[in-house]
Amino acid sequence: MKHSFLDQYSDRDSIIHRLDPRTKLITTLFFILAVVLTPPNRWQAFALYFILVVTLLLLSRVPVLYVLKRSLVIMPFVVLIAIFIPFFKEGEVAGSYNIWLWQVTVTYSGLQVLWNILAKAWLSILSLILLTSTTRFSNLLRSLEKLRLPRVMTMILSFMYRYIFVLIDEAMRMKQARDSRNFGGGRLRQLRTIGNMIGTLFIRSYERGERVYAAMVARGFDGQTRTLEHLSFRQVDAYFGITLGLVLISAMVVNLWY
Amino acid sequence: MEEIIRVDNLSFSYPDGQSALTDVNLTIYRGETVALIGPNGAGKSTLLLHLNGILHSNGVVKVFGRAVDDKNLRWVRSKVGLVFQNPDDQLFSPTVFEDVAFGPINMGYSEAEVRKLVTRALEWVGMIGYEQRSPHHLSLGEKKRIAIATVLSMNPEVLVIDEPTGNLDPGSKWSLIELLKGLEITKIIASHDLELVQALCPRAIILDRGEVIADGATSHILADKRLLSAHGLARNKPS
Repeated sequence: MKHSFLDQYSDRDSIIHRLDPRTKLITTLFFILAVVLTPPNRWQAFALYFILVVTLLLLSRVPVLYVLKRSLVIMPFVVLIAIFIPFFKEGEVAGSYNIWLWQVTVTYSGLQVLWNILAKAWLSILSLILLTSTTRFSNLLRSLEKLRLPRVMTMILSFMYRYIFVLIDEAMRMKQARDSRNFGGGRLRQLRTIGNMIGTLFIRSYERGERVYAAMVARGFDGQTRTLEHLSFRQVDAYFGITLGLVLISAMVVNLWY
Repeated sequence: MEEIIRVDNLSFSYPDGQSALTDVNLTIYRGETVALIGPNGAGKSTLLLHLNGILHSNGVVKVFGRAVDDKNLRWVRSKVGLVFQNPDDQLFSPTVFEDVAFGPINMGYSEAEVRKLVTRALEWVGMIGYEQRSPHHLSLGEKKRIAIATVLSMNPEVLVIDEPTGNLDPGSKWSLIELLKGLEITKIIASHDLELVQALCPRAIILDRGEVIADGATSHILADKRLLSAHGLARNKPS
């Protein structure tokens, strides 16, 4: 498994790539906030957000198809959560169906909520994809640190990034070793094997943690973490941040007015 | 000759009561390259962990004449650089640069110095240009080199390496041996790769079941087939 699964295309170069990660992080969060706070019937605002995120995506020169695919991967989860809303929301009935013993009704306001959730989720996901595919994960971590996220949390994220694929590889090897000795057997026995594998993986990770800690201690780690400062907030960042901020604020103001 | 590391009657048992080292005595002098050989589970790694104070018991390990204790641990670790066996444990940062810089930053060097030390260490191991790569994507041979660089960047007096050629293909192994040969620094190398020992280390110490069995010139020790096979370092029945 490759790391680039997480931040593919982040090593390319474009105006967006060159922005300070902090700028991108803050504007992304702000964008999501604006999207989430927009009332459902303001389709103009949603159109504006969409144009905005698409423009930035084009500027970043990340392949469009990749972005679409990636955004669709996450949609099933959203759909799963939102799909029942039209059936439970009360209001003007859009349709009524009889399924076996139940009478099921779909309401207009329910459909609107569903549409709204899907649109908001998709826009937010697009902006997050834009963020992760234009920023190296290590830079993202450093910017979180600069924004005063507790160092313990950025370290946990950093170790996760470093070791998640090491552990996945280990799990894959265990699976291969099991498959090459697996001659059928009941469901129950297979479940037990899987349980054993999870246990083994846990113990191995725990022991690896101890070895990694020893390696850190051997290089002078004493519980305090120190890093070099080398993020540069340039004028472009200021322009970008201010422009995007103004666009989003004006969109929100317009929303409130009408 | 100047004594760099001195171990006097070191005994150690793990918390579960299993004894790992018994009455180990050894002295390492400046400029030496010493091999620590022995079968699996002989206590080599445990001994190495004592050399820079990861494990430490009552002041029986002395570095430059100073007993290793809680107060001088950081100093000890800046003098004795320990490279672990598995580079996936040694390299824990998202990028190579951050990993090589980890030691110097902890030692409190300034940013300019850290950068200089990192560049120099990467130069020594021939890995310039890998700074922004993720350790996960490197080959094992590259990882081993970076792992050595992470310790060299701290400017240690002694380089202690656990099993440097384990799992490497012969090509990578010999290029690593050449690399180690070129480093002018005192080295302690734990290994059971006798080719490496012969090529690199004039002096060898055999450790078995936590005890020092032999300590002397590599040429003598490797010639003694009976000794080697008695301690799991050669075929059981020498022909």
